[in-house]
Amino acid sequence: MADTAASFSRSFAQQPWGLWRRQAARLTLIEVRRNLFSWKASWIYFLAFIPTLLIFLHALIDRHFVEGISDDTNVLAGIVEFYYVRLGIFFGCLGIFSRLIRGEMIERSLHFYLLSPVRREILLLSKFAAGSISALLLFETAMLANIALMYGPFGAAGRDYVFHGPGLGQSEAYLVIIPLACLGYGAVFLLLSMMFKNPTPAAMLVLGWEAINPVLPSVLQKISVASYLRHLMPVNIPGEGIFALLTVETEPVSGWAACLGLLMLIAVVLTYSCYRIRRLEIRYTTE
Amino acid sequence: MSDHAATPDRIQFENVSKFYGEVLGVNKVTLSIPPGVTTLVGPNGSGKTTLMNLMTGLVQPSSGTISVLGLFPGNATEFFRAVGYCTQFDSFPRGLSGWQFVFDSLMLHGMDKMDAFRLTVEALDRVQLGDAAGRPIASYSKGMRQKIRLAQAIAHHPRVLILDEPLNGLDPMARAESLTLFEELGRQGMHLVISSHILDEVDRISDRVVLITGGYLIAEGNIQQVRQEVRDKPMQVLIRCDHPELLASRMFSINHCVEARLHADGQGVFLRTGDIDQFYSMLNGIAAEGLIKINAVAPADDDANAIYQYLIGSDGSAS
Repeated sequence: MADTAASFSRSFAQQPWGLWRRQAARLTLIEVRRNLFSWKASWIYFLAFIPTLLIFLHALIDRHFVEGISDDTNVLAGIVEFYYVRLGIFFGCLGIFSRLIRGEMIERSLHFYLLSPVRREILLLSKFAAGSISALLLFETAMLANIALMYGPFGAAGRDYVFHGPGLGQSEAYLVIIPLACLGYGAVFLLLSMMFKNPTPAAMLVLGWEAINPVLPSVLQKISVASYLRHLMPVNIPGEGIFALLTVETEPVSGWAACLGLLMLIAVVLTYSCYRIRRLEIRYTTE
Repeated sequence: MSDHAATPDRIQFENVSKFYGEVLGVNKVTLSIPPGVTTLVGPNGSGKTTLMNLMTGLVQPSSGTISVLGLFPGNATEFFRAVGYCTQFDSFPRGLSGWQFVFDSLMLHGMDKMDAFRLTVEALDRVQLGDAAGRPIASYSKGMRQKIRLAQAIAHHPRVLILDEPLNGLDPMARAESLTLFEELGRQGMHLVISSHILDEVDRISDRVVLITGGYLIAEGNIQQVRQEVRDKPMQVLIRCDHPELLASRMFSINHCVEARLHADGQGVFLRTGDIDQFYSMLNGIAAEGLIKINAVAPADDDANAIYQYLIGSDGSAS
């Protein structure tokens, strides 16, 4: 047992980590350059910044009294829970991450990466990192702008709420929820794009799964991105009508456990994705 | 894995089959390719690209093993340092210039920028694409796209270069330049595996041919050896001499000479024989008599194109 552990440790240390790091950094740079600064990504900008635009119009048009802060806080929480987590980040990540592998197969350019001296696992994880950076840059920037535009018009009261009041914890929670959502959905869509020629129908099933997940048994709730994020929401929004399904009270889970659970789910999905990419074949004629 | 499958100076296929669902790609191919220029010859859909994709791990064998200089594609870091593959897929990662395409590829080898820069310049010069390197690949002609793929495949100085239809889209001048480059690389001891429909041209530089049709390997080896193995097709020899009609009549007196055709310029005759050894023996006798002055003797159908026609049945240049 000790020999096996020592052998594993030696083998681990002998791996070319420096080379892998350089390759991963270069691949990530190439992918970010292609993902973030392309016209094809413009609809994802739209998804990220449409609430920002609406909040901006609200800031310009509506009057802002101190008593309105709690209403705007609920609106912001609703935007994060119902728009970003359920739709904006969901479809944004579908666009970003499904293009990383499947898009390259459709464009018949994936073979260039598979013919480079880069382990396929490094390729996949670099692409995931690039997709995550793109999604994070867009959605975190949008979220920061949303917070600024939502509370800025309240003047000193708004600043006090954000920097010294409950707004600080809420903002921190949102700035954690957004990346986790990007990573979670990103990992799922990266895998789906390797499993299906057209990942969109599968993504619609995931959307449905995420919607009904709160009423499923707690074991099944662990296979859902939104269910983990729900436990991190700093503000509870009373749901009405169809939204009630999304806000069902479930077994309480601590923030740390939810974060760890989601990160473990991401790790499992990425591990399986690495297994899939090892066996990926280039057959463009069947795409 | 057998030792045979991992020979360090050869490309080895050990009983390799590949099925795409129920469709046969290649069947039970056993092949050992030494250094030099090897041409894969076969009609469309015969399995040439499948063989190349199997060599590089783009597809995986349904059964059997493949190794390239003792390396396996699963170990991508080592494998693709030794191997360059210029595919026939005419598509590129979006939004790149020719320079970025080659430079980025080199950077993925883990090189520093100076080395990648130097090798990029060198590769672009070798394919004579230096002037257009800064332009987006999307604006390139088909021939330029072919060249930039070739530049990317050779930039890291691989020991094995696999080229799938590398002459497609090239004008005659560029084809001649590419062939000269391939010949030079072959002379340097590199393994070059080329598939091409332009058999007349690649034939000039090939050391060996591998004939494949319907997923089955039907012949392989030195072109002359393969031709001699095609015993049911009489060999054709062109003899340059001063009395071709007389020579034809003399040669027809032996029963293995089955066809004679005068050369268009009247200064030679094409003869077909079923027994090349006896044929040359008799020709020596005729030359010794001194009645006919023989200027030159050359096989007229031991090129890849002729072998293709004999073994596969249609004109290789047209397929």
